[in-house]
Parts: sequence; structure tokens; C-alpha cells
Amino acid sequence: MTELPSTTHKKLGLVIDLDTCVGCHACVINCKEWNTSHYGAPLSDIEAYGENPVGTFLNRIHTYEVTPVQGLTQTVHFPKSCLHCEDAPCVTVCPTGASYKRSEDGIVLVNEDDCIGCGLCAWACPYGAREMDAAEGVMKKCTLCVDRIYNENIPEEDREPACVRTCPANARHFGDFSDPDSNVSKLSKERGGIDLMPEQLTKPVNKYLPPRAKAEISTDGEIDVLSPFLEPIASETTGFLSWLDKALDKI
Amino acid sequence: MHPAPSVIIFTIFSGLGFGLFFLLGLGFFLADYWLNFVLFFLAYGFSIIGLLSSLFHLGNPQRFLKAFSQWRTSWLSREGVFSTSTLIIMAPFAIGKIFLDKEFVILGIVGSVLAILTIFCTAMIYAQLRTVPRWNSFLTPVLFVLYSLGGGTFLINEGRLAAFILILSSLLQVYAWLNGDQLFKKAVSNVESATGLGNIGKVRLLEGPHTGTNYLLKEMVYIVGRKHRIRLRIIGFILVGLLPGLILLLFNFNLLLLILAFLMHLIGISLIRWLFFAEAEHVVGLYY
Repeated sequence: MTELPSTTHKKLGLVIDLDTCVGCHACVINCKEWNTSHYGAPLSDIEAYGENPVGTFLNRIHTYEVTPVQGLTQTVHFPKSCLHCEDAPCVTVCPTGASYKRSEDGIVLVNEDDCIGCGLCAWACPYGAREMDAAEGVMKKCTLCVDRIYNENIPEEDREPACVRTCPANARHFGDFSDPDSNVSKLSKERGGIDLMPEQLTKPVNKYLPPRAKAEISTDGEIDVLSPFLEPIASETTGFLSWLDKALDKI
Repeated sequence: MHPAPSVIIFTIFSGLGFGLFFLLGLGFFLADYWLNFVLFFLAYGFSIIGLLSSLFHLGNPQRFLKAFSQWRTSWLSREGVFSTSTLIIMAPFAIGKIFLDKEFVILGIVGSVLAILTIFCTAMIYAQLRTVPRWNSFLTPVLFVLYSLGGGTFLINEGRLAAFILILSSLLQVYAWLNGDQLFKKAVSNVESATGLGNIGKVRLLEGPHTGTNYLLKEMVYIVGRKHRIRLRIIGFILVGLLPGLILLLFNFNLLLLILAFLMHLIGISLIRWLFFAEAEHVVGLYY
């Protein structure tokens, strides 16, 4: 049923740290790899080696430039995937019941056997989290790696979403937001985690940690404070290379 | 939004067909027996062309029966339920009128209500979307219903009524365009709220997530072809209601001119529906 559950037992989701994300796209690639070879229809690429390659991805990284009124401009790498909203508009618009939110853990999923590929859920999502697969004609979206997090056939340390597992900068964290003592709840509280487009009234579960204020590097004269440390220490050179250097100078 | 021909054809013909059903169910008929037969034929023809066309928009149309299940939450599902119930309820009514020379009044009224609900649900598929501020307005269902009734009253030869509705809808369309142009800015969402980086400063995209394109950009960030939007709006405004309305008022006796006027209306509504999709901005575009 595409009616949203009134409450969910758990609220599983991600914390994405915009301060530490280096924009390497490793999460994009690992997400594509895991989700193309496991749950549901593969994430197809059309014209992969042609002039205009297009493909289905569940996670994409944008890079923004932020210019404050005063101070230095910052570059912010911005990973974007499904936010598993509490009031997910993509779920209620679905005519077939293919799109649903799980009452046990709050994950928003698509039952691909029921999806007619009308695309209305992608229209209803403000975040661009859903993409229609061009080869299969069904809607694809982040599953929060539902086939990893409960999977007892893989080592315990791998039971988290592929994007989180692979992030070399530790910018992605997975956990249960309904538990105030969970890693994600604490991180979000400490660092002031924010919702994307709160005015769309979707109540996203995933939180983004804003980049920390950048250190102001003051140069209150024209000299670099570090330059004295970079002065050459040796005044006299010795050894074979010193001889060679002098010999070559004389020629 | 991408102006897919299948969806444009769906909204136009389903609108005309169900507009006609609404009026026929209420007992608006022509004097001639065969003309009434033609009217029912057109109502079924238009609505079925429209509904079939909507199937071409689907990635997996063979599963369409599942779309009748979620009427409790989904406007698209409601549209499916009401449209097919209209087609079923109107069948005995049409048979009664054409072959038995009887009017099953109750069936007609039920069919009429279902028909107008179908048109309303079609409009609500678009009007419900907070993500597309231009559509997220009460004017969307009002205009969809008015265009349906305009086309319907035209076909049943209610000249003055049709002229009134058509001219009214084209004037309201102008207001909807001008109002719609402001809605995206008024809708609060901007690149700062989309990225949550507004507290730091002005945000601009430095690098997109990919070098090529993607489904989101093709489907929801349609930009090509808006160059002539003002000219297309003027042509649409004149053809959809103004000119057909004037012809209906002044030359209601000339069949050739009336056919011409109806063709104008069809071209006009096609332009307007194309603009309805092509001009609609989706908030996901803020990320790009």
C-alpha cells in the first residue's frame, strides 16, 4: 500500500559530512557496483562507450562553490542520494503500490515487479533521488543497501550501505535516527545536521553536516610567517656533488 | 518538464472525451438521432485514444491493471478508476438513448459525475506536485475542467455557452501564465535551501555530477525550445478560445467555419498543453 506508515519502528538513514567529503566519487562507483549486481534490475548504461553515454545512478556527487559575504570562497563536494523521507511524496503518488516505505525501518523501496514505469514518483521527489532505468523501464532508487545491512552471509563489518563502507574520507555514516544515542543521532546533534529543502515538507531522515568554518590565514605584513623556517641551513657545500657543481661552473 | 507527445495527446483527448460524457450524461443532446450516435462515438473514441496514449508513456504498460489499486492515496490511480467506471456506466446509457430511445437519467447523472471527476483527477496528477510550483496551483484543475467543457459544449452545438467557456478559459489561461511566471520564485526553494549551504553564502554549481546528461535532466530540466514562448502563448491564446469563441458567436450558421474553429481549438490546446509541460520548472533543476 502506498499509504505512509504513521510511525516506523526504526529510522535508518545516513549522515553525510560535507566538511570531510573530498568528492572522489568512490561512493558513486561502489553504489553502482553493488546495486547493479544484486537487488532488482541492473543499473543500465546506454551507449556506455559511445558519444553520449547515459546511465542510471542512485547516488551522485555535485560540487558547489560557496561565496560568503566576507572571507574566502569554499568548495563543497555534495553527495546526493535518497533521503528516505518520513513524509515521502514519491510513495503516495504511486498508482500501483510499487513504491512503499517500510514500517519496520523506514526504508523507502520500489517493488519492481509492480512498477509500471510511469515516472510520477520521480516527478514528486524534490531531490532527484529516483531515476527510471532506460533498459528495464522501472524506477530505481537507493535501497539503503537493504540487501547488505541485514545480510548474514557477509562479514559483520560489511553490513552497512556500500557507499558508507567504501568512503575513504569517512564522510558517510549509517545508523538509526530513532535512537538518540546512535552514532548518527549524536553526530547530527553535535554538528547541527540539516535537512535539504525543508520547505518541501518531506521530513528527510538523512542529515547533512555543514562544512566547518574555514581558518582565516592572516598575512598582516607581506612576509610569510613560515619563510624563515625554509631558509637554507648549509652555507658551505661538501662532497662529490659539491665538487661536481663547482667544476661544472668553471667550464 | 519534458513535453512528451503521449502525455499531451492523453490530456487533450481524454479531456475532450470526458467533457463530452459529462454533458451527454446530463441530457445535452442534439435533435438528430444519428448525430447523437456520432457524439457517443466521439466521446468513446476521444477518451479511449487518450487513455491508450497514456499507456505509451509507461515503461512497463503490460502491468497497467495494477494502477487501479492505490486510489486511496494516488491521483493517478483515481484517474484510472474514475475513467474506466465512466466508460462502463455510460455504455448502458448510450445504448438506451440510441437503440431503445430511452433515457436512463440516474445512470446519466452518475456517469456525468464520474466524467467530471476523471478530468479533475487528471489535473490533480499535476497540481498535487509541490516540486513543480507552476503546476501546484488551483488554476491547474480549473483550466483542465474549463477546456474539457469548452470542447464538449462546442461539439454538442451549444454555441453561446461554448463561446463563453472558451473565451473565459483563454482569458484565465493568460492569468495562469502571468501568475505561473512568479510561482517558482515565490515557492521558497532555491539553490541555497536545496544544498543547505545558504548559511555560509551564495551557492553556485562548480562541477556537475557527470559530463553527459541523465534521466533527471532529460525528464525534468527541459530547456530547449522555450525561445519562442511568448509568441507561442499569443498564438495559443488566440487559437484555443478567442477566435473559435468569436466564430461561434458570429458565424454559428456556417458549418465549414465551425469545423475550422474546432480545428483551431485543437491546435490551440495542443500548443497550450505543450507549453504546460515545457514551461514547468521542477525544483530538482536547482541542483544543476
